[in-house]
Amino acid sequence: MGKVARFILRRKGGKGWHWTDIFTWVWLVGGLIIMFGPAVWLVFSSLKTPAALAEFPPSILPYVTSQATVEGYDKPLMLYDAKMPDGSTRVLAEVRRIGLVAQMVDPKAPAEIVKVNINDRTPVRTMSFATENYTEPFVHFDFLRYLWNSVFVTVVATVITLVVNSMAAFALSKYEFKGRSLAMLVILATLMVPLSVIMVPLYSIISTLGLFNSLWGVILPTVATPTGVFILRQYMLTIPDELIDAARMDKASEWQIYWRIVLPLTAPALAVLAIFSVVWRWNDFLWPLIVLSRRELYTLQVGLSIYSGELNVQWHFILAMTVVTMIPVVLVFIFLQRFITTGIAGTGLK
Amino acid sequence: MAPVNAVMRIIDVPLRRLQKATGIGGMATFFLAPNMLIFGIFVLLPLVINFVYSMTGGTAFFLSERDFIGGEQYSRLFQCQNYLDPMSCQEDAFWTAVGNTFWFVVLQVSLMILTALITALILNRELAARSFWRAVFFFPVLLSPVVVGLIWKWILQRQGLLNFGLYQFGMDPYTWLTDRNWTFAATIGVSLWAHMGFYALIILAGLQAIPKDLYEAAEMDGTKPARVFWRITLPLLAPNLLVVVVLALIKSVQVFDEIYVLTGGGPGTSTLFLTQYIYETGFASALRNPGLAAAASILMGGVLVVLTLIQLGIGKRGENKGKR
Repeated sequence: MGKVARFILRRKGGKGWHWTDIFTWVWLVGGLIIMFGPAVWLVFSSLKTPAALAEFPPSILPYVTSQATVEGYDKPLMLYDAKMPDGSTRVLAEVRRIGLVAQMVDPKAPAEIVKVNINDRTPVRTMSFATENYTEPFVHFDFLRYLWNSVFVTVVATVITLVVNSMAAFALSKYEFKGRSLAMLVILATLMVPLSVIMVPLYSIISTLGLFNSLWGVILPTVATPTGVFILRQYMLTIPDELIDAARMDKASEWQIYWRIVLPLTAPALAVLAIFSVVWRWNDFLWPLIVLSRRELYTLQVGLSIYSGELNVQWHFILAMTVVTMIPVVLVFIFLQRFITTGIAGTGLK
Repeated sequence: MAPVNAVMRIIDVPLRRLQKATGIGGMATFFLAPNMLIFGIFVLLPLVINFVYSMTGGTAFFLSERDFIGGEQYSRLFQCQNYLDPMSCQEDAFWTAVGNTFWFVVLQVSLMILTALITALILNRELAARSFWRAVFFFPVLLSPVVVGLIWKWILQRQGLLNFGLYQFGMDPYTWLTDRNWTFAATIGVSLWAHMGFYALIILAGLQAIPKDLYEAAEMDGTKPARVFWRITLPLLAPNLLVVVVLALIKSVQVFDEIYVLTGGGPGTSTLFLTQYIYETGFASALRNPGLAAAASILMGGVLVVLTLIQLGIGKRGENKGKR
């Protein structure tokens, strides 16, 4: 233990604490709390019942006040630990409250009413996970549909992106032809054109093509990513041309060269692009919001934002569905973080 | 993979014919075509149409149903007595959005660079479990804007975590998202939270590219750490840092999704930003005016083009330096 602590807390030069050492640890621990805290709070909150969510001050973990059905009373009654005048504590159920005095009964002997000052009692609380927050939106609302739409858009868009971008990257890295630099320039120029600049005319094109209110209208405009072409082209440039020439000698067709030789060798870059594409498409919001106006077509992001505006009071469902929306990205983060961080550090593109 | 391979073999049959007919150069066109086609239809065409759009009026979306009105949309946007006072303008929402976006960009980018630089410097130290700490700061970058917006809406609401924290110190709960100034501050804080790790990562890559022997030499000369920072780290990091600044500016100008989910532009118009103005003018509002939205988006696009050209210029200069 001592060794571990010394390893974790080792300092510059090993002599005494410099102010930068202290600042480092304050920043790191503060960062840990600020960066992870909100997400952890979201997960805990999503497991609370509506009653527990309305409490202030809130409890960290999802507690509920225990209730018991008592003979002679229709509704379940709240249970409290009540301090008795003789100093002992009894578990009592509250019947009604008048001013500062609560009328309570022993659940085992409901006939006798005990009067307790409300300051002398504390609710009996047990931890309970409101899993119905997760199941109900899937059963009673369309969230299963939204989940499916999101998965469909993400998977299809990523597959098309990989195919289309890698073909273009192959052409731009392994062929000499007229207009190559023009094509590169055009792709470079489109880096400057974010969705927010072209959304009005893009919408009219999507409508003209009959893709309004269609998941394909969400997918198609996003697949020809300039970023993807660049990442893949950079990588393909490192594949030796001799390999391709040798394949041509062996009478391989150009398609076979692309499919059997270049693509397998580009696998690491394809993996990075696939991860990025999955995260981009899963998280897309503004464009699906414009293209999809029918409820059954919403993606999770759109559905969630629309519902959070409408079901303003139903935070328990919203929070649970937010967690569901977050899960795939968290999984990507946990297992594939290395690819993403090296990808960003290498290309500077998000 | 077997079925995929079978499909590829079937595709190969017509493609071999094509190759025979067009030669190898023709195949290059074939490989490029799908990507360029999609580019053309969904990026280049809209870009061109956007200019036409911005010179037409009416509420119809199809160009054939719109009337040509020349520069009227632009003059409407610029119809203003005093540009610093949005209320004196005909399109007061546009100038409110411009003003909000300006302050947002200035504050968010400067705070972003500062915090990202500090984080990168710290992550560049000899830390135990460095990749863990890097992951901590990077984590929110991948979250969707909607998730980010909802997480913070939940924290900032009246019974939220922030008020709970203040309550612990004996302070009264406050409705943060109904206060104009606090809401504006929240939009900056939330976007810092969500994107800082991305910029920290790029700066960290820049820091790690600085040759270690420079630091060793400085240490041998007994140079003070502060001097090492100002004389070695910062000058050598400058090109990288400039790219990060421009990148942050480009992203910041387009701020939309997480803020839209968090505040919806409110209270009032205190967090209405340009992209939301374009979206609402073009699509959402009852009195939609796609032409006006197109004109506004072209103005925003102009700003972004200038910023991107600066970025590319910096990148070029860095490359040339490397070659020499």
